[in-house]
Amino acid sequence: MALILSEDAIMVRDTALDFFRERSPITALRKLRDDNDPDGFSRSLWRQMAELGWTGFLVAEDQGGSGFGVTGLGQVMEAAGRTLAATPLLSTGLLGASLLDLAGSAEQKDEHLPPLVAGERLFALALEETSRHAPYRIATTAVADGTSYRLSGNKRFVLDGHVADVLIVAARTSGAVGDRDGITLFLVPADAPGVSRTRTIMVDSRNAAIIRLDNTPATVLGRIGGGADVLDVVLDRARACLAAEMLGSSAEAFDRTLQYLKDRKQFGVQIGSFQALKHRAAQMFCEIEVTRSSVLAALSALDEQANDAAALASLAKAKANDTIFLCGNEGVQIHGGIGMTDEHEIGFFMKRARVAQATFGDAAFHRDRYAGLMGY
Amino acid sequence: MTDLTAFRAQTHAWLEANCPPVMRTWMPEDEQVAGGKRAEYVRPEQKIWLDRMAAKGWTAPTWPKKYGGGGLSGDEALILEEEMQDLGCRIPLRGMGLSMLGPTLLEYGTEEQRQTHIPKIVTGEIRWCQGYSEPGSGSDLASLSTRAVLQGEHYLVNGHKIWTSNAHLSDWIFCLVRTDPTVKKHDGISFLLIDMDDPGVRPRPIKLISGKSVFCETFFENVQVPASHLVGQLNKGWTIAKRLLEHERKGIGGIGARQAAKFEIPPETVAKMHVGEVDGKIAEPILRDHIAAYSMDAQAFQLTRRRAAEEAESGAPPGPLSAMFKYYATELNKRRYEMLLEGEGFQGLGWEGEGFSDDELRFTREWLRSKANSIEGGTSEIQLNIIAKRVLGLPD
Repeated sequence: MALILSEDAIMVRDTALDFFRERSPITALRKLRDDNDPDGFSRSLWRQMAELGWTGFLVAEDQGGSGFGVTGLGQVMEAAGRTLAATPLLSTGLLGASLLDLAGSAEQKDEHLPPLVAGERLFALALEETSRHAPYRIATTAVADGTSYRLSGNKRFVLDGHVADVLIVAARTSGAVGDRDGITLFLVPADAPGVSRTRTIMVDSRNAAIIRLDNTPATVLGRIGGGADVLDVVLDRARACLAAEMLGSSAEAFDRTLQYLKDRKQFGVQIGSFQALKHRAAQMFCEIEVTRSSVLAALSALDEQANDAAALASLAKAKANDTIFLCGNEGVQIHGGIGMTDEHEIGFFMKRARVAQATFGDAAFHRDRYAGLMGY
Repeated sequence: MTDLTAFRAQTHAWLEANCPPVMRTWMPEDEQVAGGKRAEYVRPEQKIWLDRMAAKGWTAPTWPKKYGGGGLSGDEALILEEEMQDLGCRIPLRGMGLSMLGPTLLEYGTEEQRQTHIPKIVTGEIRWCQGYSEPGSGSDLASLSTRAVLQGEHYLVNGHKIWTSNAHLSDWIFCLVRTDPTVKKHDGISFLLIDMDDPGVRPRPIKLISGKSVFCETFFENVQVPASHLVGQLNKGWTIAKRLLEHERKGIGGIGARQAAKFEIPPETVAKMHVGEVDGKIAEPILRDHIAAYSMDAQAFQLTRRRAAEEAESGAPPGPLSAMFKYYATELNKRRYEMLLEGEGFQGLGWEGEGFSDDELRFTREWLRSKANSIEGGTSEIQLNIIAKRVLGLPD
């Protein structure tokens, strides 16, 4: 496990930082929100990201990817977190690419991965069914229908679900709700019969949807009943990379707050000279740094498929959750009245924090999981 | 690389042959060896182990051989540490000579001072203590008022130090003294080495909340100190003082990282023992959540120490990370003891006598001792001030 980046990864990070600052600053997210943009992201930005190769980091070379790995993708995510860029990188570049790469048949890979890498086809994982992250609480049914299946059930909080071309659905082929065994993954074209999609407008202005499946025809992705084996690995990648994105957002919110502490004057002095605020700034610094170490460790362990990769992914997501909560809330508080205005950008970070915290497990979920993995 | 592999094998074999079996067991606090003329050994093996390690210079592995040190490279010292941990070998000698004064003399001492003092630190012959804080100068250390006046060949020292760890068991004390009261407080301080055999030096132990007396007040009354015992330049002691504090904070900052050492009992084990388990989980879910939160922060911190080491090794300029170590490690260590006591329940409340195991009584005392971690060597609040100023550039 390496806790410092390779030169290649540093190059990717620097490229991505410049890219998002230049082409997708927070004003871009604001515009998507204010225009009620039907896609909720920029298709041209996405094509540029594909051209830079970021969609292919988790795809093998023979499918048009580079196999550069999770650590590299984490650098792009962290940079995207700096500007709160709304892109399908998590849903398509990570979840779609990983699920197809790890579970897909040769034909499925040939069919889907080249257009995914080219930025021409979008994917969404339809997993959650309850009010919080619970990957095994799958009630959606899958009934055999000749060589294919028919799915029925309700999915919620499907990231980029309203724009995806293909849905990857977790459904139950056996067992009871909550069982790890008996979950099967399916590919469903978004325009398949019986699919209805409702876009949900989220507090962070990012994209998610409610998806209803009513006797929808679907083809199996991976092993029947063994979906959790693939999901666990892929969700850990998503947790670690989302933690990287949250680290970027935390660090940006902190940098802006630190600058405000130096700029804002009250009682005739910079407010950053007040010890009550200095200490809170110093504590944020510490939390960001230990979060960074956890994220780097998780990304690296996932690339190496290390035994402790799952525990480290939970560590990274739990720490990122706590840290983005801290930096988002302190950011608004320290900015004072101006932080409450829509015109100021600091509030965007706190809104994004809330959604990111709930995505793929809140801190309590990951503490529980970590304790279980550690044998207590 | 092969040199290091060979070094590892040789080191392992030497430790295997030379570390007495009882020195590979968990070390109770009263069996820690700090050396000095008043040293008392509970077991003869403590002294045997110390002498064998000191003969190789491995009590101070990276110090130069000409002063009795081990002369090891950083990589070799790390291997020695790993092999000692692997075999469960006790640290043969601890103390402020090794952790603070030695590195300071190597950097600022005269050749004569190094040759006089460093070999005796390595062998444990002389025990050192630290004369920094005073009753009126705690966090505001630079306001100290213990006076040293040059009179011919000697300084005449008068004053009152406090929190001098183990002064009553020490042979020498390194002191911050005021040598010029007329200038800005930082510019009139000097760093002096004082022999505690002088009748004018009187240490008085202070009983602490843990019931122990590891700290003293130390009084200086007309103590004559040869002028040659000044370290560095006259009135430039503050620079040395700060440098030494970095060594001290590094030592205290190591507390959190050491928790994974071979014989430590983790809070989850204690909790399972006392509150029981259901399906392999600690039966009390809120306690379990608190312990997981602590353990995850502890792991995240260990990863951060490792990252700092990897960054240093890669030749990157020293980053801002080390500024947070003392603060984070001590706060973690306090949490660790809170978790241990919470897990023990009633069994964590014993002070002495029957009804409690040795470990339980030890944890209670250590819990109280841990509260000093975030006070000594610069309080957590001072550490946060330092981060705010030096790392974040916030104004005074």
